[in-house]
Amino acid sequence: MHEASITESMLSLALEKAREAKAAKVTGINLVVGELAGVVPDCVQFYFDVISKNTMAEGARLNFEIKPTQIKCRKCGNVFTPADHKWECPKCGDSNVEIASGRECYMESIEVE
Amino acid sequence: MSIKVIQVGEKILGKNEDKAAENKKRLDGRKILTVNIMSSPGAGKTSLILSTIKQLSKKYKIAVIEGDVASSVDAEKVNAVGAPVVQINTQGGCHLDAFMVEEGLDNLPLDKVDLLFIENVGNLICPNNYLLGEDIRLMIASLPEGDDKPYKYPAMFADSDVVILNKTDLQPYLDFKEKAFRQVVDGLNPDVIIFPVSCKTGVGMQEWFTWLEGKIKEKKG
Ligand SMILES: Nc1nc2c(ncn2[C@@H]2O[C@H](COP(=O)(O)OP(=O)(O)O)[C@@H](O)[C@H]2O)c(=O)[nH]1
Ligand SMILES: [Mg+2]
Ligand SMILES: [Zn+2]
Ligand SMILES: [Zn+2]
Repeated sequence: MHEASITESMLSLALEKAREAKAAKVTGINLVVGELAGVVPDCVQFYFDVISKNTMAEGARLNFEIKPTQIKCRKCGNVFTPADHKWECPKCGDSNVEIASGRECYMESIEVE
Repeated sequence: MSIKVIQVGEKILGKNEDKAAENKKRLDGRKILTVNIMSSPGAGKTSLILSTIKQLSKKYKIAVIEGDVASSVDAEKVNAVGAPVVQINTQGGCHLDAFMVEEGLDNLPLDKVDLLFIENVGNLICPNNYLLGEDIRLMIASLPEGDDKPYKYPAMFADSDVVILNKTDLQPYLDFKEKAFRQVVDGLNPDVIIFPVSCKTGVGMQEWFTWLEGKIKEKKG
């Protein structure tokens, strides 16, 4: 269900940008999505194929760049991949950490004709 | 035809953020303190709203936007305690967005509201990605869900201003480690305020009421 809503927003943004560029057709959409963004690429492509019918983005290829979850220590600045249930900084042991990557959800570019 | 690449570099939910800022302006103009309540299903969103209305409704006018699931059971409960409530139909959706909340605002007597609760859809995965126009993002974690929830939904905990740790009355039956829970949550979100409460017995609720009342007054200026 979440993918349906994300896909609608994504399609409308792509169409808006394509119209601004006076393009005739959108052939590709390049997306950057973090592991924590709650977006399953296959689901998005599935919905996209349905809702893009009869728009200039029909048949466009979706490319996903998936960003892994990365944690940054607020004390020493170390960036690391968290292990299950162990998020203390492996360098200094501090538990004061922030999510440095993994929440991305944006459109990098579109390819048009 | 040649293929051209057009740089976009925009958040997919950018439109939602614009609408949320519009809602916020509208609510700020009327000095309405707005709380977005998020949790998994059954953690206690409706219970917290009902207890808080009972405690504060003599002093403040409270309204509710109900987004939780398909039925209107929660809205009816709120209606029964005498607060204006609008039920939003999310059509099976997993989160509220700012456009739905705008519709809710259109249907509330905003000139007569001091405090607005928005009960989000019961889900810890995505609602935090949708700003609604709120002042306070509140999440409820309940003891039966376990103390490892912050590892599973770190973004939700990182985004919350307030965490209500509900159902503390069940502690004797569970091995929920509050210290471990607090350590991860405080680490992810050093500014967070955690209120351990039981909506059932009322333990811990006074601290929450007092804090919230302070925020209402702050907003009134
Ligand atoms: N034991 C206990 N049960 C609670 C507490 N708060 C809520 N509940 C129960 O949990 C269930 C779900 O609560 P509800 O407020 O509807 O959750 P919501 O889905 O998040 O709105 C109900 O049966 C409540 O009575 C509490 O502090 N302790
Ligand atoms: Mg509810
Ligand atoms: Zn969602
Ligand atoms: Zn460190």
